[in-house]
Amino acid sequence: MNRFDWIQVLVTLFVLIACAPLLGRFFHRVFTAKGGLVGRFVDESEMDWKRYAWSVIVFNGIGLVVVYLFQILQQSLPLNPAGLPAVTWHSAINTAVSFVTNTNWQGYAGETTMSSLTQMAALTVQNFVSAATGMAVAVALMRGMTRKSTADLGNFWSDLVRGTLYILLPFSVVFSLVLAGEGVVQTFSSNVEVVTLEGAKQTIPLGPAASQIAIKQLGTNGGGFFNTNSAFPLENPTPLSNWLEMLAILLLPAGFALSFGEFAGSRRQGWALFAAMLVFLVGALGVSLWSEFGGHPAFPGVAWMEGKETRFGVVNSVIWSVFTTAASNGSVNAMHSSLTPLAGGVSMFLIMLGEIVFGGLGSGLYGMILFAILTVFIAGLMVGRSPEYLGKKIEAREIQMAILAVLLPSAVVLIGTAASVVLPAGLSSLSAAGPHGFSEILYALTSAANNNGSAFAGLNANTPYYNLLLAFAMLVGRFGVIFPVLAIAGNLAGKKIAPASSGTFATDSPLFVLLLVGVILIVGGLTFFPALVLGPIVEHLLILGGRTF
Amino acid sequence: MKDLKIGLLVFLFLTLVTGFAYPLTIDRLANEMFSDRARGSIVLRDGKPIGSLLLGQEFKRPEYFWGRPSAVAFQPLPSGGSNLSGSSEALRKQIDDRKKEGRTGDLLFASASGVDPEISPESAFAQIPRIAAARKLGAETLARLVEANVAERTLGFLGERRVNVLRLNLALDRLRE
Repeated sequence: MNRFDWIQVLVTLFVLIACAPLLGRFFHRVFTAKGGLVGRFVDESEMDWKRYAWSVIVFNGIGLVVVYLFQILQQSLPLNPAGLPAVTWHSAINTAVSFVTNTNWQGYAGETTMSSLTQMAALTVQNFVSAATGMAVAVALMRGMTRKSTADLGNFWSDLVRGTLYILLPFSVVFSLVLAGEGVVQTFSSNVEVVTLEGAKQTIPLGPAASQIAIKQLGTNGGGFFNTNSAFPLENPTPLSNWLEMLAILLLPAGFALSFGEFAGSRRQGWALFAAMLVFLVGALGVSLWSEFGGHPAFPGVAWMEGKETRFGVVNSVIWSVFTTAASNGSVNAMHSSLTPLAGGVSMFLIMLGEIVFGGLGSGLYGMILFAILTVFIAGLMVGRSPEYLGKKIEAREIQMAILAVLLPSAVVLIGTAASVVLPAGLSSLSAAGPHGFSEILYALTSAANNNGSAFAGLNANTPYYNLLLAFAMLVGRFGVIFPVLAIAGNLAGKKIAPASSGTFATDSPLFVLLLVGVILIVGGLTFFPALVLGPIVEHLLILGGRTF
Repeated sequence: MKDLKIGLLVFLFLTLVTGFAYPLTIDRLANEMFSDRARGSIVLRDGKPIGSLLLGQEFKRPEYFWGRPSAVAFQPLPSGGSNLSGSSEALRKQIDDRKKEGRTGDLLFASASGVDPEISPESAFAQIPRIAAARKLGAETLARLVEANVAERTLGFLGERRVNVLRLNLALDRLRE
């Protein structure tokens, strides 16, 4: 690494850490406000956890149906300049689930599949509201943890509209104009045909991209307008657009982590979770950078640029790959399949932890709180005292729900991968032989079940088998966590808040951060280490040994 | 039933705001403010569009600077990388073939998008002998041309130093005239 590489890593981390507290305070203000313009139109009466969860189901159910219909009817709808046909039923189901669950896994190629109308009226909308759904659930959990002896968790509709209008929309307006200024396309005119300098024909794909790219990054969505996502120059043309898009991936989730401290009435509580997240982020960056700058043993002294863009180089491709998999973003600016095996493995590992290293907007925070609950429980077991978090007793019900939310996505990843490596329908989509082929499948299931959306894109996932399997994985990964989280929120809201005593285990101390990191490592490590050994780790060793497949 | 009605109303409202008002407003503003960039940064020569400054195009004649290899033959419908890993036999063969064509550095490796418009300055300088021979031009003239077309890191530290291949080749053609 040269000094410019170091500067880019450090400046990016610095800006992230410096901006997060401001955002945390702002988010707290947005979600504690009442009345005003939103209050005039939305009935803001309080909901208990079941009503809140039901509202989530209703809203996301409508989203699923509408996004599906837009895709299969697009050939008879306006704003389809390229005359694209209807999307196949299984791909349409996959994409509807994918965008509603904030995953943005893409089995299709945007520029040759989706009309401009589908992109904006169906997909862009879900980019906003799926992120707002995540925020709403996280806010409901924080209310449950900090209110006492009540069933009230707030109002889903109010939270949804406030999150969309006051947080996501203003940021997106500014950001999309900055991106258009850098060269991201934004037009409804049809593709341009050109004859190149050497006389070949080339089609330049256009579309209303900038408005979608802005929210794709800010809402931890990641679904690209074009097939190669933010590697495509018309989606991410310059080092500046790249840096801003990269920061946008993590900024809002980082701010959300600190809003926890605002809700809890103690900023240190927010910083404790933030610190645990940062430990994983920096550790992952370290391993990935070390592996990528080590290059490929068969090509000593040459930067490993397969699947990378010149303007980003190695360093920005690696920072992006870590940020996008730490957050549940899933956008890419380099082809993850062509990363060195260890850098690809780090990406997979970050997703496997459950998207809690800043994670998805809202979902990263509630996922991390689940691990924090497990940590106070384990700490309580060790000293023989009944565990408490923010003065709330953590009891059997909370632990059952937390374990359920951690186990469900993990089970889908491992069972789904195991099934796909023995079924002909799973194997026929492979593009690589040897351990890399295994990694392609493992990455797909991991990405879907944890709502990330990035891919080892060699795998042909646009088949009925993968479209349906991954749609199932995405649904479990999203709602198999949201419902337990809301149940915990409802349960905790009903409890009293016990004052802290000398025997209370402090959840804002470095010791707690250390324990939390340990619990995450053990759960993530023990669950997935064997699978990682079979994929990226063995591939790394075989490359060192000069084997090819 | 009441929840479904609220849900539909909120969905309709948010679709109108984020799915129509937002992209249409941004479209209007972006095209007012940056009409050229919002429409794909198309380059004209003699009044005809010959490409986008942001998309790489295929150069294989000896008298032009070459760009990064493309896994989609420079046809971005759809864009794509090779997705091959370092353990791939096929990739090893491709890289060996590229070496035989005299390619070095980043020109050995396919880009992520398949239409990377840029190469490193080193890869541009390395091609000067071939172009000098094909065009019967002095190596110093070409070196000066490359030098003048190097884009520095943004704000002095962001991204990599690089050369836009289409812009460089257009300048090269003007040089001859």
